[in-house]
Amino acid sequence: MSRRPYVREMSKTTWYMRNGRYRVYVLRELSSFLVAFYTFLVIYALSVLAAGSAVQWNSFLASQQGVGMIIFHGLALLYFLFYQTFPWFKLAPKAMPIQVGENKVADSKIIGAHYVAWIVVTAFIFWLAGVI
Amino acid sequence: MGTRQLELEVMRYDPEKDEAPHFQTYSVPCNEDWVILDAINYVKDNIDTTLAYRWSCHMMVCGSCGMMVNGEPVLTCKTFVRDLPDKVRIEPLENFPIERDLVVVLDDVMQKLHQVQPYIVRKDDPPEDAEYKQTRGQLMKFKQLTMCINCMCCYAACPQYGLNKDFIGPAALALAHRYNLDNRDQGKSDRLDILADHNGVWECSFVGACSEVCPKHVDPAAAIQQMKVDGAVEFWKQRLGIPGDKS
Amino acid sequence: MEHIKADVVIVGAGGAGLRAAIAVAETDPELKVALISKVYPMRSHTCAAEGGAAGVKGADDSLEMHFNDTVGGGDWLCDQDVVEHFVEQAPRELMQLEHWGCPWSREEDGSVAVRPFGGMKKKRTWYAADKSGFHILHTLFQTSLQFPSIKRYDEYFALDLLQLEGKCRGVVAMEMRSGRFFQFDSPVVIMATGGGGQVFPFTTNGAVKTGDGMAMAYRAGVPLKDMEFVQYHPTGLPGTGILLTEGCRGEGGILVNKDGRRYLQDYGMGPESPIGEPVLKTMELGPRDRLSQAFWHEHKKGNTVETPWGHCVMLDMRHLGENKILERLPLVHELAHAYVGVDMIKDPVPVRPVIHFMMGGIDANGKGEAPMPGLFAIGETACSGLHGANRLGSNSLTDLLVSGKRSAQAAIAYAQVTDLTSGEDDLKAQAEGIVAGVRELLQQSGGDESISGIRREMRTALEEGAGIYRDEEGARMACDKVAELRQRYQDIEINDKSNVFNTDLLSALELRNLLDVAETVTQASLERRESRGAHQRLDHTERDDVNFLKHSLCYRESEGRPRVEWSEVTITRSQPGTRDYSGGKK
Repeated sequence: MSRRPYVREMSKTTWYMRNGRYRVYVLRELSSFLVAFYTFLVIYALSVLAAGSAVQWNSFLASQQGVGMIIFHGLALLYFLFYQTFPWFKLAPKAMPIQVGENKVADSKIIGAHYVAWIVVTAFIFWLAGVI
Repeated sequence: MGTRQLELEVMRYDPEKDEAPHFQTYSVPCNEDWVILDAINYVKDNIDTTLAYRWSCHMMVCGSCGMMVNGEPVLTCKTFVRDLPDKVRIEPLENFPIERDLVVVLDDVMQKLHQVQPYIVRKDDPPEDAEYKQTRGQLMKFKQLTMCINCMCCYAACPQYGLNKDFIGPAALALAHRYNLDNRDQGKSDRLDILADHNGVWECSFVGACSEVCPKHVDPAAAIQQMKVDGAVEFWKQRLGIPGDKS
Repeated sequence: MEHIKADVVIVGAGGAGLRAAIAVAETDPELKVALISKVYPMRSHTCAAEGGAAGVKGADDSLEMHFNDTVGGGDWLCDQDVVEHFVEQAPRELMQLEHWGCPWSREEDGSVAVRPFGGMKKKRTWYAADKSGFHILHTLFQTSLQFPSIKRYDEYFALDLLQLEGKCRGVVAMEMRSGRFFQFDSPVVIMATGGGGQVFPFTTNGAVKTGDGMAMAYRAGVPLKDMEFVQYHPTGLPGTGILLTEGCRGEGGILVNKDGRRYLQDYGMGPESPIGEPVLKTMELGPRDRLSQAFWHEHKKGNTVETPWGHCVMLDMRHLGENKILERLPLVHELAHAYVGVDMIKDPVPVRPVIHFMMGGIDANGKGEAPMPGLFAIGETACSGLHGANRLGSNSLTDLLVSGKRSAQAAIAYAQVTDLTSGEDDLKAQAEGIVAGVRELLQQSGGDESISGIRREMRTALEEGAGIYRDEEGARMACDKVAELRQRYQDIEINDKSNVFNTDLLSALELRNLLDVAETVTQASLERRESRGAHQRLDHTERDDVNFLKHSLCYRESEGRPRVEWSEVTITRSQPGTRDYSGGKK
């Protein structure tokens, strides 16, 4: 038998180094660590609040207001914006295309609607928090 | 018309002689309006007749000539010399076994195309001597998905398929979605088992590479995400006892 | 060598082969179909057809009118019984494709839309934007997947036919990826291998179109019919020969020369129709042979435009507007932009005639039956007499379906009464002989002729001797050249000795087929001393119904040139008349 197909295995550990597209994807996926971090942070904050001690709560708030943590939160926000929010909004018309009659609703309109919704929700939360 | 000397580094593999693939370099005088396929044909006709590759239509529609050009899966009949540097690396499509030189083994994906039941399924007879009515709007819903030429560039771009060969993959899933969206079809529920399987749509993690490399702008990544949304909606409808959509 | 037994063998998995396979499977799921193709079905050249498929659709149209357009378009060389059956079955077959999911373009009310096409008196061309052939092919391929009785042999290269006592009994093929040989035993072989446009240098035809089926039949003693009739499509992109569909003109595109004049009016296709309102069967919607010939004359007069790729005329579609171009002609828009750098929304596109289609092929009747019992031929590889001396655009896609289905039915009927039990040793010996021939070709060394060299010379000879216009001397020289090349072919060198996907060997086998086809094209061009349809002779400028209202039949001779015989044309109701493309103004 003369056939002997040659298989190029994809490395299970370094495959994402193959091209820029994969690297961007992996960076996007890595943001899940930040999601986990903030999940724990919220749970911790809730538990402190539930314990009912004003001292502990104030010290928790203070821990989040140090320069280091502010920088961390700022970087995390940027990371989310660039690897989650913007790409996700950009992809929204693909996952949820809307067609009216013969014509597809323009991608820009669907994307725009997402940004509008985002701003409204953010403003609502700020209002709830008493920021505005 | 101007010519330019191109260095083609071509992956070679002769299973009867070579242990593993290696590169061979050819220097080709290219016209500026050539595509890479023209340069490969030049090699075949004038330099080395033993080079093996597939091609036919030279007009972006038969899907034969997909290869990796400088690391990107492309149709070589659609990749112009004018857009490339002087040194070009040509390899067989990634994620497929190499049969010989630039020819890959396509059995797996051919089987997958078959598996998704890409044909109209009806429970009743068609109208006699008349067409099923289909408005332009209904056609528009799936038209882009019919443009797939099965060039397999999307499989070469998909890391999920690279890591797990059981993944049904972009083109076959997009094809299933094409029939699911066709108002003439009633086979959606028949296709559900395959598509909702863990090697179906849920194996896709939305890297989106398939859509970026697709030479016909089919956008399989979008099709897969839509099927996920569909699948989730169906799941909850069933749980809540709401009757599903067609069939 | 391995043996495979099948009830029906189909060689070629393009539109015709797939349609035939489905028809067999639908009629009798017990019958084993072996569908052999040298490429995966989706790669078959049906995919490159753009404009559409003809079948009577509108209330203002009739079978009679489709019949008359086809017979007149074919310059009365059509076998009219075949045309009658064809126009009758055409709408049924196109509707069948609709039921199978073909994404035809639609009218406002959801019914299938039709567009105007060259040489057709009414709008009757069903289309799927400008990718009609592609969608037809993929619809057929995908539909075929539901029939388990169709067993595909993808990337198997068919070598030669097997025969016993004058009957076809199967075919020998090589699995390309292993170099293994297979003997397919079957009472029926249906040839659906497409045309052989690759005998010419400048063609819309893909690399796969090397006339394999025609050559196999020819070598088996079956005549090739009407091979002198080769169609030039008037609007190919210069340089690559990529097709710009007749739909461009159907939608209203116009052809102008270097002075901006719509020159077709000077060649019996006027008077000028208003720009943007194409009038059926006149000017730009004249038949392909007339349009290509008009280009030749314009070129002689010095009225063409010089481009980096040679002389052209301009196809102007700017008045169609962006929306219509992008909706109905997206592929050609993309192709023109990519390959000649012209945006047809803003600028006229340079075009010139390009080899497109062979009206001739394996001698067959309307059922696809070749003179050798058990052998059937359909689609472009066949000459059933449907297209006559010039095919009308959009009749060939429909022909794939009509002839595919009809031949399947005839083949089933034939297979049921044929005894397969005798002659096994004889067939085996034949098969071994065929394989030995290929092995010998592969092993021979020390030759000093190259495949590409011979191919290039053959193509030049064909273009010079059997182009748009021909004459005695040119045709004779082309015949001589092809004969010389056939001799030199004996000394070709195959550098690749591998068994696995040996495209060097395959090119050599394809070249052998091309040379067989070329020999018949040139010989028939020489011997038809009249001008009819796509065959135009400068030394015999008139149609000669007294001597040449006949089909030419080229038979292979073991030594020397092919022998040409003539057979009668079947005329049922339309006597030869004048082809009128003046839009009824004359």
